[in-house]
Amino acid sequence: MTQARTSTAEPLTLPEGIQGIVSDWSSDQRAFKNVPWGKAMMWIFLLSDTFIFSCFLISYMTVRMSTTEPWPNPSEVFGLTVGGKSIPLLLIAIMTFVLISSSGTMAMAVKFGYEKNRKMTFILMLCTAALGATFVGMQAFEWTKLIVHEGIRPWGNPLGAAQFGSVFFMVTGFHGTHVSIGVIFLIIIARKVLRGDMDQERPGFFTSRKSKYEAVEIMGLYWHFVDLVWVFIFAVFYLW
Amino acid sequence: MAHAEGQQLGTHVEGQQHPIGIYLKIWGLLFVLSTASYLVDYFHLQGYLRWFLIIVFMLLKAGLIVAVFMHMLWERLAMVYAILVPTVLLMVLLGIGALEADYTFLTRGVFFLKGLF
Repeated sequence: MTQARTSTAEPLTLPEGIQGIVSDWSSDQRAFKNVPWGKAMMWIFLLSDTFIFSCFLISYMTVRMSTTEPWPNPSEVFGLTVGGKSIPLLLIAIMTFVLISSSGTMAMAVKFGYEKNRKMTFILMLCTAALGATFVGMQAFEWTKLIVHEGIRPWGNPLGAAQFGSVFFMVTGFHGTHVSIGVIFLIIIARKVLRGDMDQERPGFFTSRKSKYEAVEIMGLYWHFVDLVWVFIFAVFYLW
Repeated sequence: MAHAEGQQLGTHVEGQQHPIGIYLKIWGLLFVLSTASYLVDYFHLQGYLRWFLIIVFMLLKAGLIVAVFMHMLWERLAMVYAILVPTVLLMVLLGIGALEADYTFLTRGVFFLKGLF
């Protein structure tokens, strides 16, 4: 306790509510209290990424509302035929559940990380990466189906409005890239956790900053964001 | 909470620690909401009801992910407002996009589909 009292890093009690906002923002040193530097920066990156994805989705809305050609029916385009019966949006529904599950395992990995449970954190992060890779694999299958079998191209398609292909490949492609980058970083961080980098505060290979378990939470923020974007893509692209 | 516990242990803890149950509950809830939004399409609901349900399920899912999985519920307000308030600006872009699209549709109707208007 005494150590905490003599610490000059921050006051012992911080005001809450609106007063807390004013005092945090007007204080010296840092505005985001109780938040590691890297986490605040990840949030700011995610905010900028939110604007990028929003620009895509709002452009999609504008393009779809303004076309005089009929828009291909996503319910049919993305349907799967199982046992001779056509089930609408089946693949997309499975992809949604896979991504939500990966978010669940990631949230638990963060929890075990702060408990310094290396093994569980590693296993759960690998599960997250595996589910993410499954998602990207299913997306590759979906793209192949659309390009090879349905003849959909970014500049036109036999089903209706030409804008469908360009918007679809742009939005899902950008999201799929985010998932792929996430999988790579999940594996990198999971390996660091298993090796004990966070316990030994081993310097990172790129920034030379001490490795800490907050890296797992920061990784988690990125991963949950990817899931968050999918929620919006699923709603406005596949269900509209 | 996590901060207070950290101080009692004499260490400086900045992380978020919550019982595992809350993550499992939210996970289950997200499954239920996703199934519900899938069923909207499966049962071919149309019109305003479809839009209302899709947007409600979408916002609930997004809210749960940001609040619990991303720990926004436990962050200080200065942080929450700095991240969430700017996204409200997107509503302006959404409005501009919708106006522009209506205008473009009207012009295309007038010039390309001669019999329409």
